[in-house]
Formats: sequence, C-alpha cells, structure tokens
Amino acid sequence: MIHKDKERIIVAEFHKKIKEAFEVFDHESNNTVDVREIGTIIRSLGCCPTEGELHDLIAEVEEEEPTGYIRFEKFLPVMTEILLERRYRPIPEDVLLRAFEVLDSAKRGFLTKDELIKYMTEEGEPFSQEEMEEMLSAAIDPESNSIHYKDYITMMVIDEN
Amino acid sequence: MGSGTSTRHHSAFQNAERTFKAAALIQRWYRRYVARLEMRRRCTWSIFQSIEYAGQQDQVKLHDFFSYLMDHFIPSSHNQREFLTHMFTEDRFAQDSEMEKCSDYESIEVPDSYTGPRLSFPLLPDHATALIEAFRLKQQLHARYVLNLLYETKKHLVQLPNINRVSTCYSEEITVCGKSRSEVAFPIFIYILNGLPSPERSYVFNGDFVDRGKDSVEILMILFAFMLVYPKEFHLNRGNHEDHMVNLRYGFTKEVMNKYKIHGKEILRTLQDVFCWLPLATLIDEKVLILHGGVSDITDLELLDKIERNKIVSTMRCKTRRKKEKQMEEKGKANRKSSAQEPIPWFLPQSRSLPSSPLRLSSYKAHKTNRSSSIPCGGCLDGRELSRQVRSSVELELERCRQQAGLLVTGQKEEASRSASEADSEAGELQKPTQEEWRQVVDILWSDPMAQEGCKANTIRGGGCYFGPDVTQQLLQKYNLRFLIRSHECKPEGYEFCHNRKVLTIFSASNYYEVGSNRGAYVKLGPALTPHIVQYQANKVTNTLTMRQRISRVEESALRALREKLFAHSSDLLSEFKKHDADKVGLITLSDWAAAVESALHLGLPWRMLRSQLVNSSADNMLEYKSWLKNLAKEQLSHENIQSSLLETLYRNRSNLETIFRIIDSDHSGFISLDEFRQTWKLLSSHMNIDITDDCICDLARSIDFNKDGHIDINEFLEAFRLVEKSCLEGDTSECPQATNAKDSGCNSPGAC
Repeated sequence: MIHKDKERIIVAEFHKKIKEAFEVFDHESNNTVDVREIGTIIRSLGCCPTEGELHDLIAEVEEEEPTGYIRFEKFLPVMTEILLERRYRPIPEDVLLRAFEVLDSAKRGFLTKDELIKYMTEEGEPFSQEEMEEMLSAAIDPESNSIHYKDYITMMVIDEN
Repeated sequence: MGSGTSTRHHSAFQNAERTFKAAALIQRWYRRYVARLEMRRRCTWSIFQSIEYAGQQDQVKLHDFFSYLMDHFIPSSHNQREFLTHMFTEDRFAQDSEMEKCSDYESIEVPDSYTGPRLSFPLLPDHATALIEAFRLKQQLHARYVLNLLYETKKHLVQLPNINRVSTCYSEEITVCGKSRSEVAFPIFIYILNGLPSPERSYVFNGDFVDRGKDSVEILMILFAFMLVYPKEFHLNRGNHEDHMVNLRYGFTKEVMNKYKIHGKEILRTLQDVFCWLPLATLIDEKVLILHGGVSDITDLELLDKIERNKIVSTMRCKTRRKKEKQMEEKGKANRKSSAQEPIPWFLPQSRSLPSSPLRLSSYKAHKTNRSSSIPCGGCLDGRELSRQVRSSVELELERCRQQAGLLVTGQKEEASRSASEADSEAGELQKPTQEEWRQVVDILWSDPMAQEGCKANTIRGGGCYFGPDVTQQLLQKYNLRFLIRSHECKPEGYEFCHNRKVLTIFSASNYYEVGSNRGAYVKLGPALTPHIVQYQANKVTNTLTMRQRISRVEESALRALREKLFAHSSDLLSEFKKHDADKVGLITLSDWAAAVESALHLGLPWRMLRSQLVNSSADNMLEYKSWLKNLAKEQLSHENIQSSLLETLYRNRSNLETIFRIIDSDHSGFISLDEFRQTWKLLSSHMNIDITDDCICDLARSIDFNKDGHIDINEFLEAFRLVEKSCLEGDTSECPQATNAKDSGCNSPGAC
C-alpha cells in the first residue's frame, strides 16, 4: 500500500530528527537527557506546548520512579506521535499580534515596560526573573522604555528564519 | 440592576480570561523562541569543537606519517637524509652546545633608535610592569632582550622539579589560570581583575600560553618576566601547546618569524628548549594537583617526579630508545597477521595488549558511542579498506624512492642501520626517554575527563586518554590528594566541575572560538583550598549585545567554518550524493542530504538541525545537489582559473600543507624550492591517498613561481588560495576588556582602560 510506505518513510525521517535533537543534549552519550532539557528538545523540533502541556508530556516519558533523566527509548515513540499528529503547532504571527493587542487595551501600539513585566510575571504561566530579563533586553526600546510589539514580532520572526 | 451587574461581572470575567490567555500565548511563543536559540547555541558549539578536534587529528595523522617514514626509510644520500631530517627539527641534542653559544645575545646590537623596554637582570618588579605597559602600547621587545630573558628563564626552570610544590603558607591566595588568550590584553585584564602577582598573591598558569592569537610572544615575555621577578610565587605548567611541533601548525612559529625576521630562528630554537624545561605539574599543599590535560590509569607521580622532563621535546613524536622499539616491532610483526597492516604510532596509549585492529578515527560524536577498549591505530580514515590503500601507496612511494636511490631493500640493511643509529644516539649527550616515560607525559598533557568509568584512548585528539571518575578517585586516593585542576578543554562558562567535583576544568580564554562564544574563568584558592571561581567575558561588544545577537554572531562564524569544510570535501560529497541518486536525476531528498554529508565529513554534527542554515535552495523537499555544490564553491573560490578539483584538494589539506612547508623551510626564510615542493607533495599525497598526477603538481608549482626563480614564496602560495589563516589579519577584538560577571562581590570592578 503506497500510503503505508509513505508513512513509514515519514516516520523514519522523524526518528532521525528526534534522535539528532536528543543527542545534542545527551552529554554522557548514554541515551539519556536531563529532564530539564526536554522542553528545549521538544520545542526545537517545531512544537510549541504550554508549560502545562509540557509537564504532562514529561510525566508520560518519565520513569515510574523519576530519576531526573529521560531515556531515549521512552521519548522516541511519544515524540514521534506528537509530530505525526502535528500537535502543539507554532503560533502564527497574526495570532501573536492579536494577543499583544488584547493586552494593549488602549490600542496605543505599544506596551510600557512595567505593563509588560506585570503581564508576563503575573498572568498566564508566569515568567521567571531570568526569562523576564532576557525578554526585556531585546524587546524594550530604551528611549521610550516600551515595547512596540508589531516591530518586535517582525524582528523576531525574521531572526527565526 | 441584577442583570446589569452580572453583565459587568461577566464581561470583567471575560476580560480577565482574555488577558490570561493572551499572556499565556505570548509566553508560550517566547519560550519556544528561547528553546530554539538554545539549540542553535549548542549546535554552534558542536561545530567549533568538532572542527577543532578534527584539526588536531589531522596533525596527528601527519606526524604519524612522518614518524613512519623516519623509522623505515633509509636515505642513501646525504641530501635525502637532510631533507627528511628537516621534517623534524628535533635534533636539539646536537644543538645543546650551540645553545650555550647563543648566550651570545650579548653580541646583538640594540640600535639607539630602539624605544622599547630595555631589560637588565636580575629583573625587578618595575621591569615586569614596564614590560606590560610597553606591550600595551604595542611596542616590540628587541630580540636581544628576548633571548636574554629566555636564557635567564631557562636557567630558572632547570632548577625546578617536574612537579612543582607550592604552599599556601607563603602566600595567602593562589590564583590558577588555564589556557591564556594570546593577546596582550589578556594578562592585563587578569591583573586588573585579580591584582598583580606579589609575595601575597601567587599565580599558576596552567599551560597553553601560545598559539591561536597574535601576541603569543608578548604573553610569554610577560609570564616569564613575572616568573623571574617572583620565582617563589609565580608558576607555569607545560601545556600541549608548549611544543614546537604544535606551534608549527597553530601559528606561533609564524608569529615569531614575522616579528623577528633576523633572530627569529634563534628565538624559536631557544624557546624549544625553554618549553621542554617547563614543569609538568604543580602541587598545592600536597593536596591539589594542577596539570594541563589530565591523568590516566597508569599515571605514576613518583615516576613523573624522577624523569628528565627536558628529554620530552615534543609530545607529537617520540624518539624513544631503539632497543625498546625493536622489541615492540618484533611483537608487532607477530600480531600483524591478524590485523590490517598499519604504521603503528608509538604515541597513542596502549592498554595491556598490543594493537590488534585499527579503530576508526571517527567523528567527535562517535567517541562517545565507541565503547570498545581496542587500541587506536593512527593513520586509517575509514576502516580497513582505506588503511590498506594508504599502506600500499606509501609502500609504493617508498619503493620508488628506494629504487631511485639505488637501494636494495633487505631486512638486514634495516637492522644494520638501526644498530648504527643506536650507537650514534648512545654516543650523544642525552638519553632519549623511554616509551613509558614519554607516555606518562603525554597523558598529563593531552587527556580529557569523561563521564563513564574506565580509561580509554583519546581518539579525538590523537594523544592521551579519556579518564573516568574511577581513575580520578584511584589517583586521589593513592596520593592522598583532594582534587585536580586542569585546563585543555574550552567550556562555555569558563569552568566546569566533574567527577563529583573532584576535577575542575578551568579555561581562561573567553571568546575562544569567536567573540561571544564563551566566558573565561580563573580559580582562587586560599589556605582552606576551597575553589573560588571568577567568571568574565572580555569584550566591550558582548556587553551590549542581547543573547540573541551574541548567538547569531558566533553561529555565523561557525557556519562559515563549516561551509569551508564542506567545500573542501566537494568530491567526496558528490560521490555520496550520487549514491542516493540511482536514477541520475540530479535530485536527492533532504534526508539523504543529511546522511550523505555525515558519511563524507564524519563530524557527527546534527545535520538536520543545521540544514536550514546550509541549504536554502530546495523545492518540495528535494535538492539539486550539483548546483548546491557549485554555490558552495563560488563562496570559497577567488581564482576560477585553477583547476577546481586540485584546488579543493589543496584546500582541504591546507593546514597540513602549511605545516609541512614550514617544516621544510628550516631556515624560516619563507621560501621553498620547487623541488622541495614537489617532493613534499608526492609524499603527502601518497599518504593521504590523494590522486594527483605528477604533471599537475609540476604545472601548479611552476604557475605559482611567479618570478620564475625556482622558488615558491610560501605566503604567496597560500594567499593565492586564500589559505592563510585569518588570525594574521584579525584586528583587535579585545581593546578594552571588562568583566561582565564576577561571582566574587569582593572584587573591585575594573575601570575602563
């Protein structure tokens, strides 16, 4: 059946991709990675889960008695499934823009630094201080002390590609 | 009104919910962005490391080849002997008497016009700081003073034991730096951050003071000067770069010759001497052992204490005592029936049994998966096939040479000349080191720690071993030590603990691969011997860059290097691509691309992750590989008139070529004769299994000899193919270093220079 063959090829390719990403973090070359790096691996494979979804995923791939490490054998099937089902798709630019606009209720086209900090550290799945600082360093225009989100998004998207 | 209020509540609730969701969305998106950045950072790091180690392997393969030649080729004429002996300017034993004559620096005139520092001995602290100041102002120390300083340095070093003992009783704190950056700004920076050396403030510089920078000479002068001023408080350990063979490849030799055109040779010869008198390790309070590389399961500190360390001129090649060699040879012959025939390199560690099967000198990643403890065997690139080819082509070449020389090759002839040279060496002043002694030193200077238990050969570097936590534990227990400090490996944060915090890697050269690539660090120890790390990143620019920008810069640099490497393997790539294109359509899938590239390059990199950066012309997941290769070439080539396959081959081997050129150019004049060039190329190509006809080489040589005088200017030649290392042309990256991050709040913040 042609369809089955095609799927097998796709799965094989996924397996190679997943293995590559996994190995980047497999410091001891024993097919395990620190559980704290799983988020990075999953996200770099093109997925965009929430923190909550990530926690659920980790629970799925962890050992019965959590060791702090995730084994490749457990990770591979779960991750393959995710890729096949195209779960946790990335966020399109326009959706992201609308999210900023929701926060910018006055429709000024920007958010002040304090507002950004407030929203990012008090709402949703709050940022850590480190995450907040890092975002501020690139996002905030030092002269106006604000983030012009439309330009910011454009800049980030270009950088990605 | 009820409904009004509830509507208000309802919309308020909706608002809150919308806000929550919006924030969550932005956070979700941002976290993914950061994750991808992190992945890029790791990949970039992998690229740099794998290329660096591949370069070191090259070095090893090259010297492996020359060792083999030296040991097996019997030159009949004096000229031939000269030619080959020049390959290794190791005959310092004969030069020792010449050395004493060299304290003839006094005969070197210093012109009145010289405005640089003038040294007088014994050196005073003011002299040392004046030296720093002079270098900061970009003055150059006159050759006479350089030689004088080196002479005094050697006198001092000779008195030191192999393992230097230091106590925290004398000075309250000891600072250990590992791997300097070869820019004058570096020690200035350290001294600003941490204070000048003094009776209260000891320093240990843990090797690798030179290479890969433009001020190696000045760094050495500063370090040696301080060592002479504070002999009890300032200590240096030998690193694997304190080695004239390594210097040939990594730029130090070139730097010296560029700066000191008349006396450069003398300086290099003197340095060769000074280097091998550097102590091998420093021991603090009998508890903390500081050495450059690491240890192995056979490391014997008592033996190390006793050997004559100056016998180990270079860790790249070992001229051991002939007797032992003969024995090994005998044993080796017996074993050879089972294994593919290989030139057996002496310098790779052998576990209790002798070499059996060749281990693949494979990629950076592969070392992690290769669990076998079989012994590596230098020259093979890809298993038995290639090794057989190499062996046979070398044999063929030797045969041809011998025939030309009119020699009859018999076993007896070899024996005869061997015992002759044995007699020679015994008549010489210094005994050569034994195999064991040599191996002990190589282990100290080249080994790296690994996470797994055990001890296996360091195939990535080609020397020393990988040692596990059990080896560390064993050593610490045996000698009653608390922990080890070593350098040798670049770490993103400038330092790294491993083996249960029993091994500390300290790497002081920030921005090692590229501006923004890594932090540097040094460690301080007080009487309690608790390590206290200070981190920094010395570059004004990186302070103002965001993480994203920093990563982008470093990444660009890594990708550039990677593209060069890809180009250099164009023909291999083409044949690999063709394997995936059975129908000869000219297209392959992107997945096949990744597989093919790995087969050709053996770098163990995550090619699928890197693909988007390396391939930008694919449609429908298919790649037109021929035009991709052509684009690669366009980026790299500046002279389209030169036959591209030849160019590519030369390009791939350019570091080797340059190294060989410099070896041949024994008077460091920058010129080699056409004949030398041709001979070199023949030897190299048979070893590397390169298929270039003699005619091609002759034509090439002639076309490069622009003024038709029968000589090739090395620099011109390399420049013609854009092969000269960029290091010569790099501008100052660290004009005014500032620390971005100091863990010690007690540290004074450095002012801008």
